[in-house]
Amino acid sequence: MFNDEALDAVGFESQWRKSLELEQESRGCQTRPVRTAEAQVQVLLTSDNGTQTDPQDHLAHQFPLEGELRPTFSGLSDFLHRVEDMIVKELAKNAKSHAFDGFDVNWEDQNETVSCKHRLQHLVAQEKGLHVTSISWSCTGSVIACAFGRVDDGDWSAEKSCVCTWNLDRRGLNPKRPNTVIDVARPVMSLSFHPTSPSLIAGGLYSGEVVVWDTNRTQDPVLAQTGMSTDAHREPVYQVAWVPGQRRGEMLVLSAGSGGRVLLWTVDGGSLVLSAGYALVRQQVPHNSSLSKGRGSSNVGVTSLALSPWDSDTFLVGSEGGLVLKCSFSAQELAAAPPDGESVALRAPAQFSFSPRGGPVHSLHYSPFHRNLFVSVGTDGLARLHSLLQPDPLLSLRVSDSYLFGVRWSPTRPLVFAAATGQGLVQIFDLGRKSLRPAATMDQLTSGQPAYCMEFNPCQTDLLAVGNADGSVNIWHLSTELTEQGHRETAQLEQLANEVAE
Amino acid sequence: MAEVEETLKRIQTHKGVIGTIVVNAEGIPIRTTLDNSATVQYAGLLHQLTMKARSTVRDIDPQNDLTFLRIRSKKHEIMAAPDKEYMLIVIQNPSEQPQD
Repeated sequence: MFNDEALDAVGFESQWRKSLELEQESRGCQTRPVRTAEAQVQVLLTSDNGTQTDPQDHLAHQFPLEGELRPTFSGLSDFLHRVEDMIVKELAKNAKSHAFDGFDVNWEDQNETVSCKHRLQHLVAQEKGLHVTSISWSCTGSVIACAFGRVDDGDWSAEKSCVCTWNLDRRGLNPKRPNTVIDVARPVMSLSFHPTSPSLIAGGLYSGEVVVWDTNRTQDPVLAQTGMSTDAHREPVYQVAWVPGQRRGEMLVLSAGSGGRVLLWTVDGGSLVLSAGYALVRQQVPHNSSLSKGRGSSNVGVTSLALSPWDSDTFLVGSEGGLVLKCSFSAQELAAAPPDGESVALRAPAQFSFSPRGGPVHSLHYSPFHRNLFVSVGTDGLARLHSLLQPDPLLSLRVSDSYLFGVRWSPTRPLVFAAATGQGLVQIFDLGRKSLRPAATMDQLTSGQPAYCMEFNPCQTDLLAVGNADGSVNIWHLSTELTEQGHRETAQLEQLANEVAE
Repeated sequence: MAEVEETLKRIQTHKGVIGTIVVNAEGIPIRTTLDNSATVQYAGLLHQLTMKARSTVRDIDPQNDLTFLRIRSKKHEIMAAPDKEYMLIVIQNPSEQPQD
């Protein structure tokens, strides 16, 4: 009845697993193969061609298009034909006409008198009896800086001094209170504003240091200085100037002193680094028979220096011994001076020597209107007009019986220059006049003390600043007669420069 | 075309002539012997001035017209010969010494 029942195994598929599997999918993707190709080409023949034409005198750079590319203008030729006769007739007539000779129109207000506009003083410096040794106008022409030091004292001085600036365009100018006062530990002998940035001033000290100040920095105005390194001057620095460097926009400081060194400094961070040096040694001065040999030291002490506005390679140097030398920055000959620890080899720059004078040459200035003319003054009271091409002066003018300390050409009138005398007078000479008497005399009211330096304002050219021994700076306003260029004045100057010295 | 250049060259060789410019009716320089910037400056300014001078002459008398404009300055004399289509500008330095 009963028997074993063997039941078959019953299986059933998982429902959930299958449902998941249903959603699985696989896909493939492939990018197209990257194709690369290589190609080579070689030129078997090369050719090179050059052509050159001589520039035409006229019509060389035509505007706006050149040659055949120019569109043709209809009627242009007719038009030119019509007007040519008229123009040519007038051109010829004009060249011969004297209708406008001596005809001057005055648009500006005539200023008949020479007047003293300001008398700037710094009382602290005046109490100490310091002299104004150097002045300089900023490039904008509104700020004047003056250096205080001593000219009469031969001692090695450690007296404190200062550099003061006044802004003449600022309202509420107080002539007895400078806008900025920079205290300096040594007397300052020379000063020069940077030609483009109006806050930088280079100065040379009595101790031989060269300093660059930035008047914008109120805390510590010293931007760079030489310090007392072996490169620096060891004697008073009588002249400083800015000269353009090799790189565009770079300005170097040129300094010259009684040690006979002319040094060129690069402003590098907080210090001045010597980039070139020149030494003037007596044996290397171009031959000049009248020079007495063996007097004093072998160095030629530099008292004045002038840079040529025409030729950036040449400069003039005036010496304590009365020499006036034309020098070149690119001179290669080494100086015969024994090396004294300088980091660069000193070169001998002198190229040409002009006839020497009796005493120190205190000031030199290149004419801003003629590339060969310069004027020099010294202790002999003569102002000498020189041509760069001749050793002897073209003209010697007796300015004063006392010493002369400064000379400057007028920036606007080619025939006019001013000279500062040891009696505290500034005399202005007009070479266009028949008599060689001063065209104007300006008394600096220093009770007979010398006027040491002067500068024309580079922008307001009728302003002349004069620095005096009594510690004052006078700003003079010149008359129109002394500032307005006359007819044919440049031609007259040219004639003067071409004269041969007797 | 060569004739135009010849004429300009003839004018340019006259004594004291510094520059010659031909300007079209819009005041745009089409021929010049000066450098680029000077040309643009002279052409622009003199075109304006000549137009102003012409309208002055014609406002005074409508029958009249400007034929020639000369400007004497301290350094130069500038001559402008206007026309319907073109204007010729010549800049001369009359006090220049003859070159020898």
